[in-house]
Amino acid sequence: MANNNHAAPAPLGGSLVNAVTLICGVLIAIMVAVLLVRFLFGLGAVTALNDGYPWGIWVVVDVVIGSAFACGGFSVAMLVYIFNKGEYHPLVRPALLASLFGYTLAGAGVIFDLGRWWNVWHMFSPWSFNPNSVMFEVAVCITLYIIVMWLEFAPTFLESRERQETRKKLNKVMFFLIALGTVLPMMHQSSLGTLLVVLGVQIHPLWQTPALPLLYLLSAITMGYAVVLFESCLGSSAERRRLETHMLTPLAKIMLGFLAVFLVVRVADLVVRGALPKAFVPSVEALMFWLEILSFAAPLILIGAESNRRNPARLFLAGVLLMLGGALMRLNGYLIGYETNIDGAGGFTYFPTLAEVLVTAGMFAIEVLGYIIITRRFPVLPREDVQAAH
Amino acid sequence: MGNINEFFDTGRTTLREVEQRLEMPRREFLQFCATLAATLGLPAGAEAAVAKAIEAAKRPSVIWLHFQECTGCSESLLRAEHPTLEKLILDVISLDYHETLMAAAGHQAEAARKDAMKANKGKYVLVVEGAIPTKANGIYCKIGGQTAIEMLKECAADAAAVIAIGSCASWGGMPSTISPLSDSSPTGSEGVAKILGKPVMTIPGCPPNPYNFLAAVVHFLTFGKLPELDKLGRPKFAYSRLIHENCERRAHFDAGRFAMEFGDSGHRQGYCLYKLGCKGPETYANCSTLGFGDAGENNWPVGCGHPCIGCSEQGVGFQKPIHQVAKMLNVTPPLQYPRIVEEQGTAASFASAAAVAAVAGAAAGAAIMLTRNLGLSHAAEEAERAKAAAGSSKPADDKAGA
Repeated sequence: MANNNHAAPAPLGGSLVNAVTLICGVLIAIMVAVLLVRFLFGLGAVTALNDGYPWGIWVVVDVVIGSAFACGGFSVAMLVYIFNKGEYHPLVRPALLASLFGYTLAGAGVIFDLGRWWNVWHMFSPWSFNPNSVMFEVAVCITLYIIVMWLEFAPTFLESRERQETRKKLNKVMFFLIALGTVLPMMHQSSLGTLLVVLGVQIHPLWQTPALPLLYLLSAITMGYAVVLFESCLGSSAERRRLETHMLTPLAKIMLGFLAVFLVVRVADLVVRGALPKAFVPSVEALMFWLEILSFAAPLILIGAESNRRNPARLFLAGVLLMLGGALMRLNGYLIGYETNIDGAGGFTYFPTLAEVLVTAGMFAIEVLGYIIITRRFPVLPREDVQAAH
Repeated sequence: MGNINEFFDTGRTTLREVEQRLEMPRREFLQFCATLAATLGLPAGAEAAVAKAIEAAKRPSVIWLHFQECTGCSESLLRAEHPTLEKLILDVISLDYHETLMAAAGHQAEAARKDAMKANKGKYVLVVEGAIPTKANGIYCKIGGQTAIEMLKECAADAAAVIAIGSCASWGGMPSTISPLSDSSPTGSEGVAKILGKPVMTIPGCPPNPYNFLAAVVHFLTFGKLPELDKLGRPKFAYSRLIHENCERRAHFDAGRFAMEFGDSGHRQGYCLYKLGCKGPETYANCSTLGFGDAGENNWPVGCGHPCIGCSEQGVGFQKPIHQVAKMLNVTPPLQYPRIVEEQGTAASFASAAAVAAVAGAAAGAAIMLTRNLGLSHAAEEAERAKAAAGSSKPADDKAGA
């Protein structure tokens, strides 16, 4: 890493009780109540899941989309440590923090969805390993990545003087953790696409392709940068801090590069497979497809020009649209484009229940609340006054 | 040219005798022999040996004893749908003593038994139907002043072979059922092998498939010895496999499709009866492969929708409650079974649709507001920068220290 003269990170300080944290607290309390019912009386008691749709929004939104939103840490760390772009170093800690929450909650969210959750430990007992399973790969990678990420983020909690020894020891192996922290998410983000590949004809042709692992990986990296734009703009305006436009503008350019590659692969794949005509058949699937593609394509126009990339409003909107596009791609593949009426014997329907929506809302509330608490009490974001005085 | 039958054994002359004796067309007789040979699992061509053995005029003497039973075994042999079966039973063997079928009565009947035993000493076949009471010296079953124990021992002494037909004679059957309040059955009923103290061939079942009995007898006639037996004395050709292994409903078991109660849609569709207490998974018999009573292959309990009760298996039949779930001897199905009719899911409820819409609306609203604010502050900053125009317009650039 280049020796950049960045302001050292410092806790933001300030009260932990405000409107946002209170709302988050209420949402989390509701989630805990729903989960209590779910763990006591089973999935059927609170979810709309059925034999045709064994996966609902707890998997698709909380885990698949949630972990893709959590790719900021990996995308930025890859940029800083693998491509040696030290100028983005101040973005690593906040991005890593968001990823930490996203992934830890995704891992927990999987357990909510497990019918027989008390068997979850089987996954980690070597005599139960099934190395041929895509699910196994995703589960192991996510678990390892959560551990690696906590270690990567641990220096934040080890700033105090008496913990310097531990910190030094950790720093010696940090290069290895960072490498793992780049490889593991690449492995399982692509595997989340492979999960759909193995579902075969049950997935609508607009989302079923052997290129899914590549598409999921590319979109996850792109979304990672989009999340950093989103989170930086949101954080700055919420905490009344100076916008980090000087870092976000070049970052957005890198993001557009990944986005362009993604869009080329996505469209070329549709054309080569001959699936594009399906997008012009009036259907819910086609509508959702266009929403998804437009969300992906709009940032190219929105921040395509260098001057536009300096406008934080456009950066923020582009970030939000890319997150929406990536989320829609996952939602479309896993739920909207998921066909249960393959043999014509009558399909299944699924729409999340209020309880499911409340749990998902609670999960996002944990992320927001955790982010606020940690940034106000631990050194995550760069010190403002130093930066201003520079 | 001579008679073609001198060169080729077409059966025209050799089987004529049996044709007349059994009043049965030759073709049907040969089919019957082939069926028996197949039941026994004999190699191809063995039906000729079977036919020859049955055709022989010399019929073995059979003494058939009845003790604690319902005569269901004899009835099942006689009630077989095969039109000439009863003729065959009576003609293939010389049934010298059978309390239900013989015309003789009283002292005459007992005399016939004693005569047959003397005349065929060491050559007759003893068939026992029914359990033997042992309590109070066996006084609960007496024939002609003799207890069942005495009579069995007397007849078994000079028999060439002893065959226990039915579950009662094989291991005690229903009369040996022990009430939970007592440590023995009311009459202390036992199977033949226990009384004689030596292994005998058993054909358990309540009643057993008559072909299992006939096939075993014909094996004895053909080869002069009993077929291969398992450790409980059951012929292996009929009792070496679990009913479950070859059950016609096995595919439903493997696919997890179970009838949950009588008359439900799964029951009507012929799903597996395991959940209704079918004992096929712990009962060794060929019921699932050999139709009962010549009435077609569905003519057995499981075939007509009732779970197997394990009548041939000691410790299962008459012992376990009929609808108690069987103990799996090989594969155990999961604890949770799919329902027969799976819910297809419901459309969005008002509350959940409203919640999704509210979340989406709030997110969109917040994003738009924030975008607007960012845009406004950016515009203000740009304006300020334009005003200040010179030098210090640029914010701190971290790249400088690289």
